[in-house]
Amino acid sequence: MREFDYRRADDVSGAVALLGADPDARYLGGGTNLVDLMKTGVERPARIVDVRALPLDRIEPAGDGGLRIGATVTNSDLAAHPGVRDRYPALTQAVLAGASGQLRNMATVGGNLLQRTRCGYFTDVTKPCNKRAPGSGCPAVEGEHRNHAVLGASEHCVAVHPSDMGVALTAFDAVVSYETADGPGELPLADFYLPVGDTPHRETALPPGALITGVTLPPAPVAARSRYRKVRERASYAFAIGSVAGALDVSGGVVRDVRLALGAVASRPWRARAAERVLTGAPATAEYFAAAADAELAAARPLPDNGHKVTLMRNLVVSVLSELAEEAAR
Amino acid sequence: MAPSTSSTVTLNINGEKHTLSVDHRTTLLDALRERLDLTGTKKGCDQGQCGACTVLVDGRRTVSCLQLAVASQEREITTVEGLAEGERLHPVQRAFLDLDGFQCGYCTPGQICSAVAVIEEHAAGWPSAVTEDVRPEAGPPPLTPEEIRERMSGNLCRCGAYGQIVQAVARAAAAGTPTEGAAA
Amino acid sequence: MTTATTGAATPTGVVGTAHTRVEGRDKVTGAARYAGEIPFAGLAHGWLVLSTVARGRILSVGTGPVLSMPGVLAVLHHGNAPRLTTDYVGMLGVPPDPTAAVFQDDRVPHAGWPVALVVAETPEQAREAAEALVVTYEREPHDIVFSDARPDTYPADGHLPALTEKGDMEAELAASAHVVDEEYTTPEEHHAMMEPHAATARWDGGRLDVVDSNQGTTWVADELVRMFSLDASAVRVRSEHVGGGFGSKRLRAHQVSAVMAATLLRRPVRVVLTRRQMFSLSGYRSPTTQRIRLGADPDGRLRALEHRSLNQTSTVWEFVEPSTGVARVLYDADAHRTENRVVRLDVPSPTWMRAPGEAPGSFAMEAALDELAEKCGLDPIELRLRNEPERGPVSGLEFAGRNLAACFREGARRFGWADRDPRPGVRREGRWLLGTGTAAASFPVGALPSTAAVTAEPDGTFTVRIAAADIGTGARTALTLVAADALRVPIVRVRVRIGDSDFGPAGIAGGSMGTRSWAWAVTAAAGELRERLAAGGTVPPEGITVRSDTTAALGALARKERHSYGAQFAEAAVDVTTGEVRVRRMLGVFAAGRIVNPLTARNQLVGGMTWGISMALHEEAVRDGASGGLYGGDLAGYHVASHADVPAIEADWVDDQDPDDPVGIKGIGEVGIVGAAAAVANAVWHATGVRHRCLPIRPDRVLRAGGPRV
Repeated sequence: MREFDYRRADDVSGAVALLGADPDARYLGGGTNLVDLMKTGVERPARIVDVRALPLDRIEPAGDGGLRIGATVTNSDLAAHPGVRDRYPALTQAVLAGASGQLRNMATVGGNLLQRTRCGYFTDVTKPCNKRAPGSGCPAVEGEHRNHAVLGASEHCVAVHPSDMGVALTAFDAVVSYETADGPGELPLADFYLPVGDTPHRETALPPGALITGVTLPPAPVAARSRYRKVRERASYAFAIGSVAGALDVSGGVVRDVRLALGAVASRPWRARAAERVLTGAPATAEYFAAAADAELAAARPLPDNGHKVTLMRNLVVSVLSELAEEAAR
Repeated sequence: MAPSTSSTVTLNINGEKHTLSVDHRTTLLDALRERLDLTGTKKGCDQGQCGACTVLVDGRRTVSCLQLAVASQEREITTVEGLAEGERLHPVQRAFLDLDGFQCGYCTPGQICSAVAVIEEHAAGWPSAVTEDVRPEAGPPPLTPEEIRERMSGNLCRCGAYGQIVQAVARAAAAGTPTEGAAA
Repeated sequence: MTTATTGAATPTGVVGTAHTRVEGRDKVTGAARYAGEIPFAGLAHGWLVLSTVARGRILSVGTGPVLSMPGVLAVLHHGNAPRLTTDYVGMLGVPPDPTAAVFQDDRVPHAGWPVALVVAETPEQAREAAEALVVTYEREPHDIVFSDARPDTYPADGHLPALTEKGDMEAELAASAHVVDEEYTTPEEHHAMMEPHAATARWDGGRLDVVDSNQGTTWVADELVRMFSLDASAVRVRSEHVGGGFGSKRLRAHQVSAVMAATLLRRPVRVVLTRRQMFSLSGYRSPTTQRIRLGADPDGRLRALEHRSLNQTSTVWEFVEPSTGVARVLYDADAHRTENRVVRLDVPSPTWMRAPGEAPGSFAMEAALDELAEKCGLDPIELRLRNEPERGPVSGLEFAGRNLAACFREGARRFGWADRDPRPGVRREGRWLLGTGTAAASFPVGALPSTAAVTAEPDGTFTVRIAAADIGTGARTALTLVAADALRVPIVRVRVRIGDSDFGPAGIAGGSMGTRSWAWAVTAAAGELRERLAAGGTVPPEGITVRSDTTAALGALARKERHSYGAQFAEAAVDVTTGEVRVRRMLGVFAAGRIVNPLTARNQLVGGMTWGISMALHEEAVRDGASGGLYGGDLAGYHVASHADVPAIEADWVDDQDPDDPVGIKGIGEVGIVGAAAAVANAVWHATGVRHRCLPIRPDRVLRAGGPRV
C-alpha cells in the first residue's frame, strides 16, 4: 500500500471538489472493499476522500410509498429499516445474506454498488486480469471459472458482480443519484453498469469524479411480497454462486406483476426481463415459472466448468416464485 | 492544503483518549496493536475475512482491519480490554470462560466483541438471514441457536469451538434479558 | 522455610473432572499475549517477498530503489543472506524443508517461494517496500498436474513403509461375492489456524531469543541451532500462547528470516506471515487420489482389501501423506495390500495436517465400506463389527485396548441408529432430502521423549516447568490436573509453565502425542518429588526441584498396536435442486484412553468433528494451472466451516485406558476428524442415493449429480 493523502469531506460539494478530476483519488465509504483492495495492491490511490461523515445517512419516504436511501446508510441500517422490511422485504433479506454483521455495519449503500468483483484473478496482482490490467488477458476463461458468469460475459472478462443488495435493488427498479462538479445526475440501476464487451475495466456509467449520493426505490406494491434466496459454498459469510430476488403479485391464479433479478451470474445484477415477460398475465404455476426461467436462461453461455449455474438458476427461480405463489395463496 | 501522508489523531478507546501521529495507511487494528499496546484485538487475516479483529465502534461491531485509524476519530471504540469492569468479567466473557467457548483463544476477543453486539442487535429487533419473516409486524425472532449461528458467522473459529460459543452467547443473552419485574 | 505438605488434600484426584482453562481468563480478556504481541524496544519489521513465478531462477533483485524508500533498513535475498546448514536430520527424524532455509540460492521451485525479506521501521513501510521490490526471473515451464496416471509417481515411505502386502489379491477379489472398486479424491487442504505465523528474533546477551508461535519450542530451537550452526545453549525459543497449529507451526521462513535480519541489524526483528503468504509458505495437506478395492463374502467378511494412495510433494522436499495407514489398523483380509505413493511437482511442500494420512485415508476407506455394506445388504455398523480383527492386520501385534465395537454400540444407541431405514433417497422434509451415515475412526497412540522439572516452592506451591505447547488443546490445564494428582495437592497450589525451550527438551504438540508425552514426564517428576517430600524435611528458599526424562521408559514400552478409536455419526440434509448440503447433527463416541479434562477434551473432539464437516463440504484450495499459484488463496477463497455450517455436535467416550501409560492417556487431538468426513458423505448418499467420491461435496457437484425426485 503506497502512502496517500487523506481528506475528510463535510458536505457533498466539498467531497466532489476534494476528489476533483484526479484519477488517483478514491472516495472512502465503509472501506470494506477499498481498504482490502489497497492491501492487496489492486487499488493504489494517492488520495482518499472520506465521505463517511456526509449527511447522506438517512432513509426517507419518496414519492408514493417509495424510499430514498442515502449513500452512506450502512447495510445494517438499510436491512433493519422498518420501511424496507415492510415494503421491500427481499432487499432486507438480500442485504442480510451478504458478508457478515461486522461488514454490514461498515459497508455503505453507495460502496456496495461500486464494489469490485471477487474473481480470484482480479484480486491477485501477480496474475493477469483485463479488468485490473487492461490487455493482460482473462485467465478465468481457460482456468478457474466455476463461479463465473453465464450471462452477458465476453471473452475479455467472465467475472461476476458480488453484490446481494444490488440484485434486490435491480429487481425493484432503483435509481442511483450522484453529484459531480457540474451538478447532480441520475442513473437507473438498469443502466448503471456497462456491458462488459472489450472494456471490462470500465464498470459503471458514472461520470468521472461522480459521488453517489443515494438510491431511490420507486413505489412497488408487488415488492411487499418478495423474497431473496442465495446459494453459496458455505451456509453464511460467503459470496453467492447464484441468487434470486423475486416479487410476485398473483390474483385469481394469474400473475399480475412480477419482478425477478439474478445474482452472481453476470458482471452486474441481472434483471430477468425475458422471464418477467413470459410470466406477466400467465398462470402462476410451476410450469410457467420454469418456462420463464428457461426464457431468461436461453441466453446463458456457460463455460466448461460452470454449467451447473444454469441448472441452479432455473431451479432457484422456480423455487422462489413457487414459494411466493404459495404465500399469496395462503 | 498540501498533501500529507500522516496525521495526528485522537482515538477514544475504552473511554480513554489517545493522541498519536499515524501513517494514513495504519489501520485501527494496527494502531491498537502496534502503537497503543492493546494487543487483545487479533489479526487473523487483515482482509475482513475472519472477524478476529472485531471491535465495537460507536457500539457497533466492526472489523478493525478494514477501518483506517485516521478515519476513526470522534468514534467511541471498545476493545476486548474494555469489556470487563475491573476484575468483574462481562457476562459474555464469563460465559465463554465457563462454557469453554474457545480453544487456542486467538479468535476469542473477536468472538466476544461480536457476541456483545449480536445480543444488542437482537434486542434492537434486527432480523438476520435466517429470520423466516423479516417484516416488522412479525416481531423480533427468538434468539435460537440457528439465529446465533447466523449472526456469529462473521467470526471464524478454526479450532471448531462453535458449539460452545453458541451456548455461551445464549447464556449471556439470557442473563442479560431483564426479568419482567426489572423492566417494569 | 516451610514444611512441605503433599498427600491427603485431594484423595480422589482431579484427573477426569472438568476444569476451565487455567489461562482462560487471560484469553477472554485479551491479556494473553501471542507471538507477535510482545513489545520490544527498537523493534524492526520484516516483510517477506514471494516469487511470482512457479519455476525458474532469480535473475535480479532490485534492492537499490527499495533501500532508499522511507524507513527501509535492509533487503535480504540469496545474494547477501548468510549461508545455512541444511544437511541434517531434525528431532522428528526428517531433514528440514528447504522452504524454511530461505535465500540460499537462485532457484524458484514453486509459486510463492520466499525470495527476499524487506526490513523497515514500521509494518506499513515494510509492506510498501516489499510490494515495490522488483525481482526478475528466468521463467521455466512448470508442472503442477496432479494425476494418478502420471508415469513419475513412486512409492515412498515417510514415517511408515510405503508398501504392505499379503495374500493373493486378484484371486481373493475373483472369489468375492461382492466387490467395491472405486477411486476417491480429496483436495489440497490448508491448516488455516487463526493466528498467522509470527516470530520476533533478537540477540540478548550473546543468546538468540526467539519469541515464536509454534508446536514445540525444543523442536524449533533445535532446528535453529543446526541451521545457524550455533551452540545449543545459545538459542532460546519461547511460545507461550499459540493461536492454533494443526501441524503447520514448525520451523518456517519467518523465524529463519527474522534471525538473519536480527543478526544483520543488531536489533529485534519481527516477521509475521500475511494470510495470503501462509497459503504458500506454511504447508498444507496434499491432495490425494485413492483407489480402493474391497472383496467380501456374502456375509460381509473381507477377503480382499487394497488401498492405494497418491499425494503430491514439492521438488525440494519429500512428504508422504500416509493415507493407507488407516487400512493397516482397522480391517484385515486374506489378501491385504496398501501402498502410499508420491509425485513431485512444482508446488509448495505439503506437511502434517490434523490426522495426517488418517483424515483423507479414512474418508476413502470408510466411504468404500459403506458402499460394500450397501452391496452386501448389511447394516454398515454390522459390516464393521463382522470385520473386527483380533490382531494388527499388518503387524500381527496385539492391540493395547481396541474398544471400537463399544463406540459403535454406544453411538448407535444414542443416535437412534436402530430405527434407520437403509434405503437411500426416500426421506424428505420440505426441499431437503435427509440421510444418516456412520464411519469408524482410529489414530495411532504415541509419545515422544520429554523432560520436566517440578519444584516444591517454599510457600507450599509447586511449579512445573516443561517445554510443552498449548496450541488450544488445553494441555496447560491438563498438565495442571495431572501434576496436582501426582503431587496429591489441590490444583490451586500448582503452577504450570510451558512454551520455553530453556525448560529442557520435550516432545511436540502433534500426532496426538503432546499431552501424553508431557503428562508422562510430569507424573514421573512430580511422583518422585512427592516421595522425597514425604520423607520429611523442609523446603529451602530455592525450593526443591526434581527432573524427569521419559526417554528410557518410552524405549522400554512393549510393541503393540496402540490406537484411539471412534464411531462417527452424521445426519445430512441435501437440496439437490440447489446443491446445498447441511449437516443437521453429529455424534462421535470415542475410545481415546483416559480423559484428563472432560470440558476441554469434549471441545477438542468436537473441534475435530467440525473439521470433518469442513473437509466434507467446504475445504479446497484451487491451484491455477496457468500460474501454478493458488486461485483465491485467502479465507474468502478457502472456505472453512463457519458458525452457520456447524450444528450441535455431541462427542462422548467409553471407558478406555492405555494400561502401559502412567496416566492412562491415549490422545484425542486427531481422532475426532478421522472418519467424520466419511460419515457426512455416507449420510449424503443415504439422503440422495448418489455417491460423492470427490471432496468437498460442493453445490456444483451435487447439482451435476442430481438426485431422486421423491
